Amino acid sequence: MKATKKAARTKTAPSKNGARKSEAKPRPDALHALLRAVAASDDVHIVDLAQTLSPEFPPIVLPPEMGQSRPFRMEEISRYDERGPAWYWNNVSFGEHTGTHFDAPIHWISGRDLANNTTDTLPVEHFIAPACVIDCSREAEADADFLLTDAHLKAWEKRHGRIPPHSWVLMRTDWSKRSDPVAYQNLDDTGQHTPGPNPDCVRFLVNERDVLGFGTETIGTDAGQAAHFSPPYPCHYYMHGAGKYGLQCLCNLDRLPPTGALIVAAPLKICQGSGSPLRVFAIVPGR
Amino acid sequence: MPERAPRPQPKNPILPTRQATLPPASRSRVALGLTAVAARGRFALQVCRDCSAVQYPPREVCRSCLSHRLVWRPQDGKGELLTETTLCAAQELYFRERLPWRIGLVRLDAGVNLVAYLHTGVGTAPCRVRIETALDRAGQAALIAMPEKRRPDLSEDPKLRELTCDPRGRKILVTDGKTSVAQATVQALANAGADKIWIGEAEPWKKVAGLEALRELRQATIVPLDLTDGGSVQKLAGEIGGKVEILINTADHHRTFSIAARRGVETAQLEMDVNYFGLLRLAQAFAPVLKARAADQPTNAIAWVNVLSIFALANYPPHGTYSASKAAAFSLSQDLRAELRPAGVRVINLFPGPIDDDWDQLEMPPKLAPAALATAVVQALKGSIEDVYPGDVAQDWVARYLDNPKGLEREAGEGAR
Repeated sequence: MKATKKAARTKTAPSKNGARKSEAKPRPDALHALLRAVAASDDVHIVDLAQTLSPEFPPIVLPPEMGQSRPFRMEEISRYDERGPAWYWNNVSFGEHTGTHFDAPIHWISGRDLANNTTDTLPVEHFIAPACVIDCSREAEADADFLLTDAHLKAWEKRHGRIPPHSWVLMRTDWSKRSDPVAYQNLDDTGQHTPGPNPDCVRFLVNERDVLGFGTETIGTDAGQAAHFSPPYPCHYYMHGAGKYGLQCLCNLDRLPPTGALIVAAPLKICQGSGSPLRVFAIVPGR
Repeated sequence: MPERAPRPQPKNPILPTRQATLPPASRSRVALGLTAVAARGRFALQVCRDCSAVQYPPREVCRSCLSHRLVWRPQDGKGELLTETTLCAAQELYFRERLPWRIGLVRLDAGVNLVAYLHTGVGTAPCRVRIETALDRAGQAALIAMPEKRRPDLSEDPKLRELTCDPRGRKILVTDGKTSVAQATVQALANAGADKIWIGEAEPWKKVAGLEALRELRQATIVPLDLTDGGSVQKLAGEIGGKVEILINTADHHRTFSIAARRGVETAQLEMDVNYFGLLRLAQAFAPVLKARAADQPTNAIAWVNVLSIFALANYPPHGTYSASKAAAFSLSQDLRAELRPAGVRVINLFPGPIDDDWDQLEMPPKLAPAALATAVVQALKGSIEDVYPGDVAQDWVARYLDNPKGLEREAGEGAR
């Protein structure tokens, strides 16, 4: 019910971000049909795309002399004990880019001067957007360094239609099924080996399709070896440079249709935040 | 490699676990001077600056000329065992549980008489002996008469073995196997006859060749342990806390920054999280169960070892935030020592100078080889001490610290090691 009220308020109240509002009188029951459909789990269902935030979930690995993103940590405040007899709660700490998380444009140097580029200023209308899911699971299984190219995307479009503007493009690799953190990180002496997009793929999505952002199941929207690409980390570089977003460490992408799902991804409203862990979910038509 | 110590027979589960008893622990402030030297494995007595008379027991004024100008001076401990006796009755619970106990009266060549425990290698009186110090289970100085010529280990004597924390036949947790010091320590413990060595591994996705090599070691078991994660520490304590006899904390986050050399506090926080809070998490999870098993012989908990840094004594600004984290850990180790002492579990602190590893790359020699530090750990356990300053730099720093702490602060502050 809470979500309904919030959504309704978003529709009627003037947005701080100055987004255009419908002049027509709002229909108070407009979203009730959606809620009924979700409750019935018949016409629409919800898929949780977030990993559990836990101390065991591996964080991004950087050379040790660099600044380090803190992994998720939890310290008990009290647990029905002398520190607080009737209540249980924790202090948690983590880097902005921990677990299933959102990258805002300011995260990368290419997006640092854009307007509304931080978690507290990005337009709330972007929190809900359609998704195109590119199934690369077989390719990623065969090759941990698999790179998604613009040719793959064009082939996908032949089957599923053109990628609409302002939609999320999610790269399904089934990488999230690697429950062993060692296999999930997949590091060796030459660095990380995880799939991701190549530079042409990212340029195509940004320049030709004007997507909202790019999402992956791995730690990072870029491939594990993307430090050696030109430019390095092309997905971060081009996406954030164009005001696009990133989602990473997603899961359950295998439960999404190629098109038709709506993604709800609202990062925490951190002042001047470069990103945040978040509960991402998809509203999916059908059972 | 020494022969594997025979494993003791399993404990009879219907008998209660013995509680720790301690030898008398009260000392006057001046008598703690003997504890201070014994903590470092040395023997010293007060000597009068005015008449040169050697004093024993420790006192406020000279036994000969009543001067109060008494200073502690190292002694060679040589003397004559005049007479000996075997205690067969005692009121103190600690001795009552351990009778009979052989003691003797020794006249030091320096001119004082003292009563000492007799090592089993000492012949019948009269004979020449050498007095050494040890720390008893209460953490106080004990005087041991050893054979004058031979230098047997304390652990060769079945009674005096209890004054040591000899790793032979023991079950040991080494908390972070990824440091070169830890890897050398594991190897040294195996060579010293440890029965079982659990090796903590944090962030298992970062493979370290030195740790991988230890998987081959018969005694070694690698276990998940991340000192920055309270849940991980509690989980391991739940799993093996009831078995660990010696805990060796090798976890160390070492970066090389002064205040001005690094923006922000993120790196310093991580140093504190591993070096200080990590020790706190370990202590909260493991210390209670170690205390409870302190008298559960022969598989009782006996020791806790902290690998600190000589920079805990005075801040070394090129490694300024690291020094601060080690000073914090040193302070906490004193709390731990106070809390474990009533159970007779010894806390041993090592204060090495720069180590020949990646993070001390830019430090000039002399640097301590990880294997040398590992040897110091094993020696400390085999002996009967609690403060170890291994290597030339540490020896020099502690001498300067004891002489003039402000002087050391200034010298270190100018970056001079």
